[in-house]
Amino acid sequence: MLRLAAPVGLAFIPLGIALGLLITHAGLAWWWAPVFAAVLYAGSLEFLMVGLAATAAPVAAVALTTFVVNARHVFYALSFPLHRVRPAAKLYSTYTLSDEAYAVAVSSEARGWTGRQILLMQLVFHLIWTVSSAAGGLLGAALPIERVHGLDFALTALFIVLALDAFRQRPDRVTATAAAGCALGAWWLAPGQLLVCAFAAFTGVLLVRYAVRREGVADAG
Amino acid sequence: MPDNGHIALLVAVGAAITWALRALPFAALTPLRHSPVVRYLSVHMPVGVMVILALYTLRDVPDAAGRQQLWSLLAVGATVGLHLWRVRPLLSILAGTAVYVVLMSVWP
Repeated sequence: MLRLAAPVGLAFIPLGIALGLLITHAGLAWWWAPVFAAVLYAGSLEFLMVGLAATAAPVAAVALTTFVVNARHVFYALSFPLHRVRPAAKLYSTYTLSDEAYAVAVSSEARGWTGRQILLMQLVFHLIWTVSSAAGGLLGAALPIERVHGLDFALTALFIVLALDAFRQRPDRVTATAAAGCALGAWWLAPGQLLVCAFAAFTGVLLVRYAVRREGVADAG
Repeated sequence: MPDNGHIALLVAVGAAITWALRALPFAALTPLRHSPVVRYLSVHMPVGVMVILALYTLRDVPDAAGRQQLWSLLAVGATVGLHLWRVRPLLSILAGTAVYVVLMSVWP
């Protein structure tokens, strides 16, 4: 169990510290770091939430952003082995169903895991993330961090790496290009609602592509 | 200083929607497990979502000063190059951020 979960847990530590630093850097109290980490517990959203909270974004904008950024979790239900977790613990298991917990739980190595082992993995991830974020928050409160510029690039780098990894897993140039086109188009036409417009357009493109491809298959058959 | 009550509300809304997205599909999607369109979306969506999010975080670059645009370009290049070369996510993120922070702090 450790062989698979340990590298993920270790990777949480510097990223959690980075989140804590960003939160204090944005002018929020340090203790928001462990609160973001424990309550939101959705990495990309927590990083995006720093900027939204610091600028006192409207609730509707946060709701839409959350939906867009975390919509991918919908698909985890297709293969996450929740049936192995006992009913009372299902609340916690779904609450902490992060990208990492999903990836570990559906890996071939975790095929024989009991529900208890899956829960333990999720609890350990949740704890490491919260404690690391708290450490980053305290560190940011203690250091003259306002003199450092550009820490928010950590978020850009995170998404670049995730995009490259997703592309490596499935090298699909058309999809990647279409997504970039949707983002640029939304940036040009509706800069205030970039994320929502880009994501809606991208979903539309995928659905059209799916319909066209199916028609092609039907014609060929 | 942002208002803590408002931040708490934003966190609560974000947490509730995230949980709904994580938990409800177990009830709603089970019949769709074999739906081809759901499968198609689940396979093709991740790379596109990440590309859009990466570009979203760079949305202010076109309005920035020329030198800061160059720093963004260099930091993106460093992150991409390092990740293609070593394939170590954490290394790419930390090194790319370090490049940007140093350039922006030393020569804003």
